[in-house]
Amino acid sequence: MQQTVTAKLLDHPRNAWYVAAWDHEVGRKKILARTVAGRPLALYRTEDGRAVALADACWHRLAPLSQGTLMGPEDIRCPYHGITYDARGRCTSMPAQETINPSALVPSFPVVDRYRYVWVWVGDPALADPDLIPDMHQMTDAAWTGDGLTIHAPCNYQLILDNLMDLTHEEFVHSSSIGQKELSESEFVTSHTDTTVTVERWMHDIEAPPFWLKNMRDKFPGFSGRVDRWQIIHFEAPSTICIDVGVAKAGTGAPEGDRSQGVNGYVMNTITPETARSSHYFWSFQRNYRLDSQLITTQLRDGVHGVFGEDEAMLSAQQAAIDANPDYEFYSLNIDAGGMWVRRILERMLLAEGRDHAPAPRRGAQLVR
Amino acid sequence: MAVSRTEVWQGGTVVASRALTPEIRRIEIEVDDPGPVDPGVHVDVRLTIAGERDRRSYSIVDATDDGRRIALSVYTSPASRGGAAVMNALAPGDRLELTRPLNDFPLRPGADRYVLIAGGVGITAMVGMAASLRARGADYRVLYAGRSRPLMAYVDDLQRIHGERLSLHVRDEGTSLSIPAVVDGIPPGTEVYVCGPIRLMDAIRREWMRRGRPVADLRMETFGNSGWFDAQEFTVRIPATGIEARVRPNQSMLEALEAAGADMMWDCRKGECGLCEVRVLGLEGDIDHRDVFYSERQKDARSKMCCCVSRVVAPAGGSAVVEIVTS
Ligand code: FES
Ligand code: FES
Ligand SMILES: [Fe+2]
Repeated sequence: MQQTVTAKLLDHPRNAWYVAAWDHEVGRKKILARTVAGRPLALYRTEDGRAVALADACWHRLAPLSQGTLMGPEDIRCPYHGITYDARGRCTSMPAQETINPSALVPSFPVVDRYRYVWVWVGDPALADPDLIPDMHQMTDAAWTGDGLTIHAPCNYQLILDNLMDLTHEEFVHSSSIGQKELSESEFVTSHTDTTVTVERWMHDIEAPPFWLKNMRDKFPGFSGRVDRWQIIHFEAPSTICIDVGVAKAGTGAPEGDRSQGVNGYVMNTITPETARSSHYFWSFQRNYRLDSQLITTQLRDGVHGVFGEDEAMLSAQQAAIDANPDYEFYSLNIDAGGMWVRRILERMLLAEGRDHAPAPRRGAQLVR
Repeated sequence: MAVSRTEVWQGGTVVASRALTPEIRRIEIEVDDPGPVDPGVHVDVRLTIAGERDRRSYSIVDATDDGRRIALSVYTSPASRGGAAVMNALAPGDRLELTRPLNDFPLRPGADRYVLIAGGVGITAMVGMAASLRARGADYRVLYAGRSRPLMAYVDDLQRIHGERLSLHVRDEGTSLSIPAVVDGIPPGTEVYVCGPIRLMDAIRREWMRRGRPVADLRMETFGNSGWFDAQEFTVRIPATGIEARVRPNQSMLEALEAAGADMMWDCRKGECGLCEVRVLGLEGDIDHRDVFYSERQKDARSKMCCCVSRVVAPAGGSAVVEIVTS
């Protein structure tokens, strides 16, 4: 029997695809420096548009390559003594010598452009199968539209997963937009597979909170009345959570599958651990109605940005409290079922990599890379 | 991808030792602190050679999945600097000091195609790489060159595992490697890994550069222990300090200079970094360049040497002397 340890700081799997950046953040004008799963990366594109992720430390004296210069179709030149590397990290020239040291190279990491993101694999490259990238098709599917932003959250990635797996917090954290007391009152159902967890909640015949009332009126001008509301949270290992959310005119059959009298959105979240205490939280709100309206896209992005600002404030306060109270433990409630299954899956991934739950101490953690 | 140059020393116990060929012995060691063994890694072993503490690098041929039991192959060349004799004398139960696996020759994923070229005992670095390429379904070939079949280790295993992807080139059988043909036959986008005697590496590098192929696609492992000529004794002098030393065949010029009290700078001690460079003032004999640091042009100039690996050989009938300036 496996007991899941509610570690306050959970280490992250390395054999996984993580989003390093939005596709538009990686280009040739500027080399992007970003730490993904503890690994500092220099991200750029080759002249033919392929995204490249190299370790952000030159082979020679570890100067950050992200401060270097792009040369020719795919090379990058170290800002310090000018060693150049190709997109696979092989050294292509050395200063002041006619040969190249046979051991000269920087690690290059597998990269895939998909769903408007640049995904990177910092673990064993032999295992980097693009089919393992979580399904986020609503990001690019013509039946959906939307936009999002990135939050740089000063907390362990697991706290964000906890936050998204249990939306009862909306009643308290987001009281002016999407929160309402029915969230705590309604039942939820949790299910899981080896790599996924789903938490489903329906609230029947309720008042629409302000955010949802506005969305209903975008689709059904002048709408008023009660709604059926749903939240179907879908986690895919290690850290992608897509939430099917919406409301429909009460009693029009949404719980049975007919959502035509409602509005449907997908909150697409994918969390990339940065360090043990910081995370890149990429999110987007995708909708499947009024696809042509850039106005609604922008309003929704800004609205959700405001809501997520409330989460960010809570998450950073929570991490600060965890750090300030090292001798106190976590306890769990029934509402944590989804988050606990997520932890169980992550613990098993870590175990499979021969690693423990807790992140290694800061120094010396990754001497062997 | 382990690219580790961080030395961590550990203990190990010899559990088996047997001759694979008259010149190559397989030594299996159970290490105290097992860890992952990536393709292309080597360990450094601490040895006491002729009363002095020293170290030698050996590629790991294969290992158990948990990395507890590793196998090395030790080659005894006529020019051996004494390390092989010490290693060959090891018997089950003997303890030794060695590093955790180090990697200066990592197999990089992502190339369209791979060609591994091994000469002689260089095959020890390639066995694991070939297995890993096969396991990940890569497009690869292994070329294995040697003098005669009885001297070539692991031939049967390689044939069994790699079948058609392996080609053997045996000098005795008239199937020697034709390096220009090999290089011509390698399509663009292929990554080439070479491990073997310096002659093989130099020849491949020369053909590669002559054709203007991308340098980054050619990767070579060298432990700096083979030369164009057999190692001979020679004399090195540093006129500026009056230091003079005899360099024994089983000793490097760097070692002899250090023993004679010269203050030497070095890092890799295998002919890669160029830090041990000395300038040649006077020379009776020829330089046997065993490094991969200098270009062919620089080697031909006979004005500098990497003294950690390179040597001097005598002119016919005479004795070899080199006068140098250290950096
Ligand atoms: S640190 Fe990059 S070239 Fe020296
Ligand atoms: S010490 Fe590096 S080449 Fe001699
Ligand atoms: Fe929230």
